Amino acid sequence: MVAPILPLTLSAAIVKRQGRRLIGPVDCTIEAAGTTIVMGPNGSGKTTLLRLMHGLERAREGRVAWAVDEPATRAHQAYVFQTPIMMRRSVVECIAYPLLTHGTGRREARARAEEWAARVGLGDALGRMATVLSGGEKQKLALARALIRRPQVLFLDEPCANLDGRATREIESILAEARADGVRIVMSTHDMGQARRLADDVLFLLNGRIHEAAMAWPFFAEPATPEARAFLKGDIVE
Amino acid sequence: MNDILAGLVEAGRLVVTLDPDLIEITLRSLQVTVTATVIAAAIGLPFGAWLAVNRFRHRRATIAVMNALMGLPPVVVGLIVYILLSRSGPFGVFGLLFTPAAMIIAQVIIITPLIASISHQAIRDLWAEYHDLLISLNTTKRQRIHALLWDGRRALLTAALAGFGRAIGEVGAIMIVGGNIDHATRVLTTAIALETGKGNFALALALGFVLIALAILVNFLIHGLSRTESESRW
Ligand SMILES: Nc1ncnc2c1ncn2[C@@H]1O[C@H](COP(=O)(O)OP(=O)(O)OP(=O)(O)O)[C@@H](O)[C@H]1O
Ligand SMILES: [Mg+2]
Repeated sequence: MVAPILPLTLSAAIVKRQGRRLIGPVDCTIEAAGTTIVMGPNGSGKTTLLRLMHGLERAREGRVAWAVDEPATRAHQAYVFQTPIMMRRSVVECIAYPLLTHGTGRREARARAEEWAARVGLGDALGRMATVLSGGEKQKLALARALIRRPQVLFLDEPCANLDGRATREIESILAEARADGVRIVMSTHDMGQARRLADDVLFLLNGRIHEAAMAWPFFAEPATPEARAFLKGDIVE
Repeated sequence: MNDILAGLVEAGRLVVTLDPDLIEITLRSLQVTVTATVIAAAIGLPFGAWLAVNRFRHRRATIAVMNALMGLPPVVVGLIVYILLSRSGPFGVFGLLFTPAAMIIAQVIIITPLIASISHQAIRDLWAEYHDLLISLNTTKRQRIHALLWDGRRALLTAALAGFGRAIGEVGAIMIVGGNIDHATRVLTTAIALETGKGNFALALALGFVLIALAILVNFLIHGLSRTESESRW
């Protein structure tokens, strides 16, 4: 039995690049279950926040703390990047890669990768080079690769940005299954419908800070801040 | 003028009839250069990859030195290897001077920096692309280097071929350390130099044809590799 790595706590965390503050100070806690949707205008810091949580950015000030010691945590997280990163390998090899680097045998890794490829609708593309996939297919591959090791926490940065309506629904149902399976999801999206369908709670970012953190239903029914209200109506938020 | 024409005809004949001297010299050239390329690749490719992935204190300086070594004049490399291997030199006891082994050593020194530098650039670009993913997937340093070497294998093969191309056409260093001894250390380039000096254009030209053919072949391979690379990317 693996020790749970949640909750994740950010306290007064700040990310800087070249002296410029990208986000922070950020305080929040990701508890053990559910789906958190990160929303906010372009450039508000959604990607940076997710990367900070996952450990791809360092907190220049403040703290990012998991429930257990840091070196062990990343093995139980997965991340789907805003721009999918494709290795120069076939689809099935790409999906199997995280298993192979964590000690699963070739044959079993391949079988499970084929299973996952089929689940995300890439069953016909197993032998194709990942680099030639369409934008949406790459997103699906990235999702399969992220879920194949059954992470405790799954970060997704606008995973459906390139997908059509049907593919978006397929991805959402896979995410719903993962959630039911106990995977904690933290996901950014610009799709309001999707946010409403998936969210248990919401982090609304503005100018690199958490402007509003709330449970989903109160937030969508009546946001506490005028900026969030304007954002939900589709108005421009300054 | 007639000399040269006659030489050309004779050269063609030597190639077509598989002249024993020509074959022997060509095979020795290949043996020396292929061995040198394999050794240089075994050192240069992982080193280039390692440089691309690791941050350490004198990294910039190391890269600068590597690039400078790429410009080493082969003749000077020959001279240094000669001194080291000569009877009174530090490695004199091995008796390597004027053997193919000495030529291999000189070629390894000449092409290792080239191979390391080309592979460093290729792996650095691939690492920039893969960085976030490989970190996110919690891979070990070893696994990262392995993934980069494997996925960058076409670029690495190109680097090795470039090293081969440089080594097979090199004359200054191996002339010095090999001594161009008939049936022992004579290779394509040194034989061409010698036969030209003797006015024996036929053999010199025949050897030249073989050398050119090899050079063209290598360039075709490099070109083909870079094409398949860009096709698989788009
Ligand atoms: N490496 C970097 N160097 C400098 N500035 C950066 C860097 N990465 C991000 N930024 C800046 O940080 C801010 C937040 O960026 P981030 O990518 O987190 O926004 P986002 O909310 O994900 O936007 P989008 O909705 O467009 O994806 C932006 O102003 C961006 O320009
Ligand atoms: Mg973003």
